[in-house]
Amino acid sequence: MENKLKYYLQIADNALILSHRLSEYCSRAPFLEEDLANTNVALDLIGLAESVYEEYAKIENKGNCGDDIAYRRKETEFYNVTLVEQPNHDFAHIMVRQFFTDAFHYNFFFELCKSKDHFLAALAKKSIKEVTYHLRRSSEWMIRLGKGTEEASQRTQKAIDHLWKYTPEFFIENCTDIEMNQNGMGVDLQIVQANWKQKISEIFYMSQFNIPSTDFLIKGGKEGLHSENLGYILCEMQFLPNKYPDAKW
Amino acid sequence: MKTEALSKEELLLAFEEKINSEQKIEPLDWMPDEYRNHLIRQISQHAHSEVIGMQPEGNWITRAPSLRSKKILLAKIQDEGGHGLYLYSAAETLGVSRDQYIQWLHEGKAKYASVFNYPALNWADMGAIGWLVDGAAITNQVSLQRTSYGPYSRAMVRICKEESFHQRQGYEIMWKMMEGTKDQQQMAQDALNRWWWPALMMFGPHDGDSPHTSNAMKWKIKRETNDILREKFINKTIPQAELIGLKVPDTQIELLSDGSYKHSDINWDEFWQVVNGNGPCNAQRLAHHIQVHNEGAWVRESANLSGNLE
Repeated sequence: MENKLKYYLQIADNALILSHRLSEYCSRAPFLEEDLANTNVALDLIGLAESVYEEYAKIENKGNCGDDIAYRRKETEFYNVTLVEQPNHDFAHIMVRQFFTDAFHYNFFFELCKSKDHFLAALAKKSIKEVTYHLRRSSEWMIRLGKGTEEASQRTQKAIDHLWKYTPEFFIENCTDIEMNQNGMGVDLQIVQANWKQKISEIFYMSQFNIPSTDFLIKGGKEGLHSENLGYILCEMQFLPNKYPDAKW
Repeated sequence: MKTEALSKEELLLAFEEKINSEQKIEPLDWMPDEYRNHLIRQISQHAHSEVIGMQPEGNWITRAPSLRSKKILLAKIQDEGGHGLYLYSAAETLGVSRDQYIQWLHEGKAKYASVFNYPALNWADMGAIGWLVDGAAITNQVSLQRTSYGPYSRAMVRICKEESFHQRQGYEIMWKMMEGTKDQQQMAQDALNRWWWPALMMFGPHDGDSPHTSNAMKWKIKRETNDILREKFINKTIPQAELIGLKVPDTQIELLSDGSYKHSDINWDEFWQVVNGNGPCNAQRLAHHIQVHNEGAWVRESANLSGNLE
């Protein structure tokens, strides 16, 4: 049960923390249509996180609600990958981070549709519709940036070079992933990784970006060991429930 | 038989007859320059207001205290951006591009609703903005659904449906806070104290001091005057405040026998100061828009160059 609950958090925390970063970008996109697309993705991800936290609270049966799970945990109890907490340096960083995550989400939820856990299978079937759209959008942006101006291409390659080292963490199997895969409730991350790499390679080929040659990787998020960014994110996100613990909102 | 072109006077007569018979004016119809210019000013100001209005609310998404409230706020801001899009599109039918409208905004030649030059300081401000600011906007916009310019009128029909939802969401936040802890009640009252007067100012100057009212009424761009709309809003909102235990920050409030309220006058000095750029957030709101627009230039340029990805 412990690993099942942690697996739930790994899924929901990725969505919540990335949606936080996208929310920060509201009213800051290069044009209005893109601002709406950005908040739309943020909204989908919050919805995804919320449904998982609510199910988590129900299974845990400690009298908590979904909000308690999102708002009352400390930094080391969050299990999102380190990539999704990386800052909105510029549009290129935002879109590369999004593309890497969308490609992961798409292939992860595709596999998770087969889960023996009814909740996870239903979640995956619902989410795959949304992330298909997310992935289409971010893939198109990668091509648009790669085939656009010299500046866009350079900025985007720089973002790829910077963020690439965070991507292996999606696929590093911890004991939670291994147990969930073995009991048929989780997915085989090696399959997800192979499909992820194929998608990345296709889009990079079309947009003329290079996959960085480094093997160096940064991990830790899935075990609760984060970059300095998460502390600030939680500080802001949890500020009202922390300051007014008795208030109902 | 030779057909003579109509004179300007005859065209104007036909235009006014059309308006008087409640027909809509469409983009390719003849219209007087003054009518076109009034619409260019009013619709673009309305579009800019929707977009600038995303800032004070966007400021609180990352601090929304529950997942539900975060979703509602995000969806609301997204709606406001969408309204901006409809309105820019309606304004573009008058022959001016969105880029040009944005440039006028940045140059200070175009304005947006002054109410967004006030800061959003606590979570209850998200309630007050929805309830009062969207509430004031909708009081004005309901009558604009019947405005004489077709594209504007049709945009307003859609916008009104969403704004009415926003107003209820805002009121729900206030109501929940008034049912909550003492701290929450104080936040709600504080938000009402700060947003009440700016919301009343949204209807503009008294009718006698409003430079744009007369032709706008004649040509049915505006359907009701600033003061009439303001009174409607006051009469509707005071009972809503009282119902949940909030007190409107006006010591002169008195219920009259006809169901309307006696109230104090607006501080018009403050109104004109904020309209003319001296409000608490004028510089900040505009600087944000300019900065973001400039930072996004390379993205727009690249997207234009790469075309539509065939």
